Order: sequence, then structure tokens, then C-alpha cells
Amino acid sequence: MAKETKSGKAPLIRIARREDMPRWKGWVIRLIAILLALIVDGLIIFAVVHLNPVAVYETMFEGAFGTARRSWVTIRDCCLLLCISIGLAPAFKMKFWNLGAEGQILVGGIATAACMIYLGDKMPSWLLLIVMAVASLLAGAIWGLIPAAAKFRWDTNESLFTLMLNYVAIQLTSYAVARWENPVGSNTVGIINQSTQAGWFPKLFGQTYGLNVLLAVLLTVGMFAYLNYTKHGYEIAVVGESHNTARYAGINLSKVYLRTMMISGAICGFAGFIAVGGYGHTIATSTAGGRGFTAIIVAWLSKFNTFVMVLISLLLAFLDNGASQIASQYNLNTYASQIMEGVILFFILGSEFFINYRLIFRGKEKEEHTA
Amino acid sequence: MNAMITLWQSAVTFGTVIMFGALGEILTEKSGNLNLGTPGIMYLGSITSLIAAFLYENAVAEPVAWVGVLLSLLAGLLASTLGGLIYAFLTITLRANQNVTGLTLTIFGSGVANFFGGSLSNLAGGVGQISVATTSSGYRATTALANLGAVGKMFFSYGFLAYVAVILAILMSLFLNRTRQGLNLRAVGESPATADATGINVTWYKYLATCGGAAITGLGGVFYNMNYIRGSWSTDGTIEGLGWLALALVIFASWKSLNAIWGSYLFGILYWMYLYIGGLTRYSQELFKMLPYVVTIIVLVFTSMRKKKENLGPAALGLSYFREER
Repeated sequence: MAKETKSGKAPLIRIARREDMPRWKGWVIRLIAILLALIVDGLIIFAVVHLNPVAVYETMFEGAFGTARRSWVTIRDCCLLLCISIGLAPAFKMKFWNLGAEGQILVGGIATAACMIYLGDKMPSWLLLIVMAVASLLAGAIWGLIPAAAKFRWDTNESLFTLMLNYVAIQLTSYAVARWENPVGSNTVGIINQSTQAGWFPKLFGQTYGLNVLLAVLLTVGMFAYLNYTKHGYEIAVVGESHNTARYAGINLSKVYLRTMMISGAICGFAGFIAVGGYGHTIATSTAGGRGFTAIIVAWLSKFNTFVMVLISLLLAFLDNGASQIASQYNLNTYASQIMEGVILFFILGSEFFINYRLIFRGKEKEEHTA
Repeated sequence: MNAMITLWQSAVTFGTVIMFGALGEILTEKSGNLNLGTPGIMYLGSITSLIAAFLYENAVAEPVAWVGVLLSLLAGLLASTLGGLIYAFLTITLRANQNVTGLTLTIFGSGVANFFGGSLSNLAGGVGQISVATTSSGYRATTALANLGAVGKMFFSYGFLAYVAVILAILMSLFLNRTRQGLNLRAVGESPATADATGINVTWYKYLATCGGAAITGLGGVFYNMNYIRGSWSTDGTIEGLGWLALALVIFASWKSLNAIWGSYLFGILYWMYLYIGGLTRYSQELFKMLPYVVTIIVLVFTSMRKKKENLGPAALGLSYFREER
């Protein structure tokens, strides 16, 4: 920046870090970002279907919450995304980039489907559900442990490792689908145990998705407590802040790494259990359907606060189901929701800057000095 | 022998898609930016080139191949550069987290591409199947050399972009290792603070490398659309898988563009090999398709075990740079 020193002028805009912004103000900024994004989204949709943006959001709301059934679908989708995000939270808080949720969901789903297929008629339904849950937890935990072990043993880059494991898991799923194909030649597994409904989530409180909600609530509260009020949670926070501090404090790094990734993978695998047993009742490569990636963003944006995750997951589930409604009404396809999602996330990501930094303009700085 | 040649041909076509992706990502990562938006950028390049060709072929009575090629190429380059610009603005200027921004870009790109790809026919007034045969044939045109028997088939039977990829890889290697600007760029990726202190404009280099890298990655999308699936559209997500594979190739090539040439063809062979191995059932084929990813994981683990510095990525990869913060 030799030019500046020559002219002797301060740059037009300077950027400085700020630590002093009160928390509520940060959330106001994020909210403004979301509103701005929704306006941009409305404009995009307007450009494509020439529909008044307000009407667009009315249609979307209709699609997501218009009937009790639709509301439950939105809630169900929200719960699944939430579970995955919760699974990722401890790993990210430790600054371990677990980009492998997609794969962890799938291996959990495969394990669940395997139990349903092979054990469906061999045990009572309640026992089967427990076996399915345990199998999915184990499968996810193993899938999470592999990159964690490589990370602490050889310092292998975990974001790339977990990313690759996603595709290994996707191929495993294709293998399983081809193996269990029903009817033969359809290249899908079909609805598993359609007649007996063995391994399907039972109705809870008279609601089909009651158990999905209950599990999501338990995980939300449980993970919040785990991260904020336990020794484990504290260790995760210290490791995430600085490895050296953690070593100095006598924290066993490798133990924390392995344990946390095991938990993270296990919960993502458990999400596979919910996806298969809780509503899909089938297994396909689309069982995870990109949610593993979306959840990464949810977990990160919510700053590992599980209650904030509920809100973001709900927003995304709303977009998803709302956009489906627009799609079916205007004969477009459902990927519109991904565009809207992308725009919203871009805006929230950008808004972080205005929370963490402040801009100092050339003129204004003088005023600040004199004041 | 014939089977070998067909395998090689599909491997090269496949490899060229991911080679573009990997080359773009290598350039980007050399500036210290880990852009996980590669699949999204490929999506953007792919769909815009298709739209441009589609609009052109629908607008004129007798479309000319090279005009279609030119228009679609420009559209693809422009859109992917814009995609890179979004990423660059968020991560460099606004210092957003690179992983999250990249993934968002992938979601966004996938949404844009699949939305317009799936709705294009309806939006244009129900013209049925999208196909840009003329433009695609322009991309796939070969010279007379392609008729030279086996040699012609193996080396001269591809569209011009396949050769552009190889030339780009060589040029990039020369640029990074033999020029002042290349050295500066590597310095930015290794230690932005040091680079800044020596008077290199870190922000400028990061922006240029990221947007330029995105443009190259976008070419992969164009090639996928015009050569690999021959000017049509399918929302099956194949291109996304190829995008992640391109990221894998960057690691496999240990951030050296020359390695990306043979690496990409090797990935192509690994990917298609299951078709040429006898006695595979349909489900064991699926296991075979894992190979490129498994090989990448093995390479990743091995390089980290050996800890040879030149095989690892840029030291400051994935970190935002803020001058006032040291």
C-alpha cells in the first residue's frame, strides 16, 4: 500500500475488529440479513414466474403450513435437519471440520434398513426399534471415528477425508439398494415391511411424527446441556480454542478428538435411523439428500447453540416445502428452494462481517477522535 | 484391444471434466482459499452454457455450430467467474468462513442449475426435450487425425476442450513455478502476512486466483454438458459427484497441475473400469465405483504420514487473512 503513504491520507474505509457488540444486536443484524435475502429471493421468483413477491410468500406459507398435514411434514423435515446439525455441533465446536454427515446419515440408514429387513419378523416391534437405533448409532460412530483416528495419528486433513467418505457411503448405499432391490429390477428398495410395519416409528400422542419430534427435542436439550454444562463440553471448547492451551491444561487431545467425533458420527447415524424408520421406510442415496451439507451450515451459523438451530432448521424446512408448493402450482421444479436457501445463507454469512467488524470511514474517524 | 481403447476414451472424456475442476481449484487453493464450491461452480458453468446455446439455437432458423460454441463458452465462463466472485467477496472482503461459504455456493449452484435445467422447457413455452445438438457437435468436432486408426482414436478423437485442459495444466505449472506472479501467488497461500509485508497485494491476488480458478472450473461444467452428456440436461446430480472428485484430484495431484493430467485420466479409468471387468454383478459394480474415492483417501493418509512438505497443500489454506490481526 505504498500509494497511501505517499499521499499521506488514511484509506477511505478502515476495518477494525470489534468485540463489544451486545448479543441481541448481533441477532438483529442477522434478522435484517434474512429479511434482505427474502426480498432478493422474492425478486428472483418474480423474475421467473412474474408473480407478486408477497403472493409468492403467501403461497409458500400455504405450502409449508397450509394444512395440518403439511405442517407436520415441515416439522418432520425440520426435526431431521435439526438432528444432523446437533450431531455436527460438538465436532465443529472442537474445530474439527466434519463434512461427512451425509455419509454418516447413510451408513446409519443402511444399518437401520438392514435390521428392518433381516430382523423384521424375528422380534417384537419395541425391541426391533431399539436394535435399529443402536445399529445406526454404531454405524455412524465408526464412520466418524475413521477420519478422527487418522487426524490425531497422522494429522490427516479431516475436511477432505470426511468429504471423500461421503462418496464411499453413497456407493455403499447403491450397493445395498441393488442387494435389497424390491421388486427386482426397480433399482429401489421399496417400502420396507409395508404389511407388518415392523420397525416403523409408532404413533406418539396420536401423531405419526410424534416420536420424531420427541427425539429431536431430547437431542436439542441434551446437546445444549452437554456442550455448556459438562466437563466434556468444556474440554471440547478448550480444544477448539487452542490445542496448546488444551495440552497445557492436561487435556488428553486424542481422547477428546476420538470421543467427540464418535458422538458426532453416532448422532448423524441416528439421524439416518430417524430418516429410515421415522418416515421414509426405505433406503436410497437420496435418504440423506444433501441434508448432511445443509446441516453443516446450520450448525455453523447457529454458533453451536442448539436452540438457534431449531429456528434455522425451521426456516430451511419452510423454504423447502414452500418452494415445492410454488413448483407444483407453476409447473416448475422444486430446486427453486435450493436457490432461495443459497441466497439466504449467503446473506447470513455476509452479515457475520458486520457483527465482528466495524467500518471506519475517513471523515468519521476524525469526529471520533475529537469527540 | 478395442475394449481398452473405448475404456481409454471414456476415461479421457471423464478425466477432462474433473481436470478442469481440479486445475481451477489448484489455482484457487494456491492463494490460500479452499473453495468447496467447485461442484456449484461446475453446475453454474454447465447450465449457463446450455441456456445460451439453447436460446441461440431456438432464436435462429439455422444455427451455426461455432457461434453456438462461442456464445455458450462465454456464458459458462461468465457465470462461473461470477460464482467465484460471490465466494471471493464473502471470504476475502467479508472474511466469512471458507468451508461454509463454499458449501453454500454448491447448494446455490445446484439449485440454479437444476431449477433452470428442469424448468427451461416450460419457461420457454413447452418445447419438450432440451437438446442443443448443433452446439454440442461443435464442441465434439474432431480433425481428420481422428481417423488414424487406434492412435487417432486414442489421442485425436476428442473435442477441442480436452486439449485446452492439458495445455492449461502445463501453462499453470509454468506460471506457478517459473514466473514472478506465480511465486507471489504461492507466497500468498503459504503466508499471507509475509507476502503482505513484502508489498504483495494479498487481496488482489486472492481475488484474481479465486475468480480465475472459478472460470477454469466452470469450463469443466461446460465440457460436462456439451461433451460428456452431449448437450442435454439431467437432474441426476452426476456433475456434483464429479465436482467433489475434482477436489479429491487436487489432493491426489498434491497441488501440482501436471500431476492432475495423468491423475484425472487414472480416475477416469478407475471410474469406468467396472464395465470392463467380467463377472461383476450389478451390486458389486457399485462397490467398484468407490475406487476413485478410496484411492484418494489412501493418498491423503499416505501423504500426511510422510509429511513431505511439498506434497501438502499451501500452509495458510482455509484461513482468512486480516492484516490487523496477527
